[in-house]
Amino acid sequence: MEKVVEMKNIRKTFLNNVANNDINFSVFKGEIVSLLGENGAGKTTLMKILYGMYSKDSGEIYVNGNKVEIDSPKDAINLGIGMVHQHFTLVKTLSVLENVILGLPSENPFLLELDVPRKRLMKISKDYGLQVNPDAKIWQLCVGEQQRVEIIKALYRNVSVLILDEPTAVLTPQESEDLFKTLDLFKKEGKSVIFISHKLEEVMEISDRIVILRNGTVSGERRKVDTDERELARLMVGKDVFDAIRHNKSEAGEPILKIEGLTAFNDKGVKALKGISFEVKKGEVLGVAGVSGNGQKELENIICGVKKPESGKIFLNGEDITNNTPKEIIKMGIGRIPEDRMEDGLILDIPVLENLVIEFYDKPPISKGIFVDYANMKKIGENLLKEYNIKASSVFALTRTLSGGNLQKVILARVLSQNPKVIIASQPTRGLDVGATEYIHEKILDAKSRGTGVLLISEDLNEILNLSDRIMVMYEGEIMGIIDREKEKVNIEDIGLMMAGSRCSEEGHELN
Amino acid sequence: MSLISIKLEKRTAPPVWFQVLTPVIAIVISLGISAIFLLILGKNPFTAFYYMFYGAIGTKFAFLEMLVKATPLILTGIAVAIAFTAKYWNIGAEGQLYAGALAATWFGLMNLPLSPVIYISLEILVGFLAGAIWSVVPGYLKAELKVDDVVTTLLMNYIMIYIVSALLNGPWRNPVTMYPSSIAISKNAFFPKLVPQSRLHIGFLVAIIAVLLMYFIVRKTKLGFEIRATGANPRAANFLGINTTKSIIIVSIISGGIAGLAGVSELCGVQYHLIQTISPGYGYSGIVIAMLGRLNPIGVFLSAIYFAIVITGANVMSYSLNIPPYISDVIQGITLIVMLAMLLLFEYRIKVGRSK
Repeated sequence: MEKVVEMKNIRKTFLNNVANNDINFSVFKGEIVSLLGENGAGKTTLMKILYGMYSKDSGEIYVNGNKVEIDSPKDAINLGIGMVHQHFTLVKTLSVLENVILGLPSENPFLLELDVPRKRLMKISKDYGLQVNPDAKIWQLCVGEQQRVEIIKALYRNVSVLILDEPTAVLTPQESEDLFKTLDLFKKEGKSVIFISHKLEEVMEISDRIVILRNGTVSGERRKVDTDERELARLMVGKDVFDAIRHNKSEAGEPILKIEGLTAFNDKGVKALKGISFEVKKGEVLGVAGVSGNGQKELENIICGVKKPESGKIFLNGEDITNNTPKEIIKMGIGRIPEDRMEDGLILDIPVLENLVIEFYDKPPISKGIFVDYANMKKIGENLLKEYNIKASSVFALTRTLSGGNLQKVILARVLSQNPKVIIASQPTRGLDVGATEYIHEKILDAKSRGTGVLLISEDLNEILNLSDRIMVMYEGEIMGIIDREKEKVNIEDIGLMMAGSRCSEEGHELN
Repeated sequence: MSLISIKLEKRTAPPVWFQVLTPVIAIVISLGISAIFLLILGKNPFTAFYYMFYGAIGTKFAFLEMLVKATPLILTGIAVAIAFTAKYWNIGAEGQLYAGALAATWFGLMNLPLSPVIYISLEILVGFLAGAIWSVVPGYLKAELKVDDVVTTLLMNYIMIYIVSALLNGPWRNPVTMYPSSIAISKNAFFPKLVPQSRLHIGFLVAIIAVLLMYFIVRKTKLGFEIRATGANPRAANFLGINTTKSIIIVSIISGGIAGLAGVSELCGVQYHLIQTISPGYGYSGIVIAMLGRLNPIGVFLSAIYFAIVITGANVMSYSLNIPPYISDVIQGITLIVMLAMLLLFEYRIKVGRSK
């Protein structure tokens, strides 16, 4: 078979972060190849290099056997490579037809020629089963339809290699099936498809070949007929996580936080939580594992009080706190370490001091009546700065000036100083260096040993394995399983399978 | 292909001296640019600026007149500054001023049998409420429904100005002169003078109190903390337990109320009867003043004084040198543009490089 794209020894770093480390990757004519991997494995980076959006640090790209330099998406399109991004690049106020021809030269230099493009669009639409109304405005379309427009846009430019970045994340199961049918038609025409995904089931359904990335390197390459979901899961998650040791024993007590039948939609109107129920006990860490975008963000936001659930209830110590405001939730003793520390957890343009106390500044000893006692606030802030070893020029330093680790320590100091009953920590160490990560882990375990129930949401499996007493895996808004480490050994393959959408089977336990 | 690229990078730690000096530098640069216009007119800019400052602060009479002019500017400046602190983009101080003046006229025309102290106090209350009502409408729309406040506050101005116009051309028209102006309000509602033989009235004290009030609210109260947090990042503030909806609504009430006081002060302290042109754009000048004063109450006070100097002094300059009085508007406009540019430099640094 003929190689249409070959990427050799591709390397890409972002500051000190190696996103792609000497990756070799090829695409053959008329095949569907999947790029499988967790978040941050380097899949999208590699494809953005191929599409000319990122420049590689080193390596070579060959298209149809010729060495090429791809400096922009325009270069990529001229070489017959098209990409459909996770976040669409459509002009919402323009029609489908206008979006498709946007940026292309018109036959007539003075007038916008629409009749010929319309016919061509309709033909593409019919040939590949991509139904759209060419005159509909983009904002009127649902996400599935918008994706079809993106695909038509690429086909209209005669691409022979189509890159799809997590295309099914925004689709209903029916829409996914339709998409797969369209991709099969491409294949029959001799076009090639690169399918980025972390979902095992669909990768096994659609691909001819699967390339697995982990931590910026290729950890395996399999033909579909030669592999199974179990092997792919292991290649995706990796063996190194076995080394993680659990630091301390469970001291779990009574249930403190109880979630019952929670359902919710995400911002795109897709069901993100499908009736999940679980509880967090006093003195335990319940780790929530899963690839991001499987409902963790919605779960976090609902418990933190900034999102309303469709249905379901949340109880703290038996008291119904569903739909409480953030203020009420804080007062009841839920400490929150949000995923987005820059946008939710901190106000960057006020002094560190005010961020330290913002969740409790309005009660004594900092405030009396309508007045704020700034002298007291300063005293309390300075103590917290010292106690949590936060590096800032003074308590009055603008929060923006602190480093990432110190920013997270500010949140930690604020939360822990209130002795919360429950802590919701989401990606608490993402982007932090080893020292800060250890410090934060230590503090979370300290809180646990004092009887706090911790809900730890993390994409980092090592972190989950290090800290958790029980591990819950989420996939597409459902709980795939909860592993109690007091009762059973963790089987890393099972976690990998659950993260990628398969429920753990009895067979799996026997294998290990 | 290689092009020059100009990028703005957010400064991590803006220097403190920059913050204090920004308005001063902005004033100097704007006077420098204004000098170009004076040169085009064939006038010596130094002579012109001498007349401007002499005309505003050169004599006791001029100085007091300047303070009369400064009074509404301080009030609208404070009104806008407190609104902008919470990122409630109140462009509607002009309309709120008219609302205050209208309500004060209505109340003043009732000729109630009240002592001056009570009548004046009630005038202030009524004017504050009227401005507050005119401002809480867009404030509520923004806080609850995310309606763009720039548009709503601006359009509310026209509604109020036309209501005033309709009243002055209709039921309130002066029956004797037939001019579109109301008859005088009750004498007991006249603001007393602060300095005899001058026009300086107690409205100036009201303005000073507004400055102190803003300082007190923003720096000493829980509400102030909430306003600042809401303004700095509404999303995070909401996450961290601050009721941002409530903060914006309260700010809109305070801001509109203070702008309404500017209307009361002009009516009861200067004009005594309602006229169409009771404000020559004080509400809009308030925006410039608030920005120049960097939303700091003391800064707002100082920049209002500066603007009063420019406005009163430009008149003297124009008749002494025979140049159009609109030069004052030119200086005001240039000051705003320069200040906005300076604020950009304050938050960002410009990075010039080559792009691939």
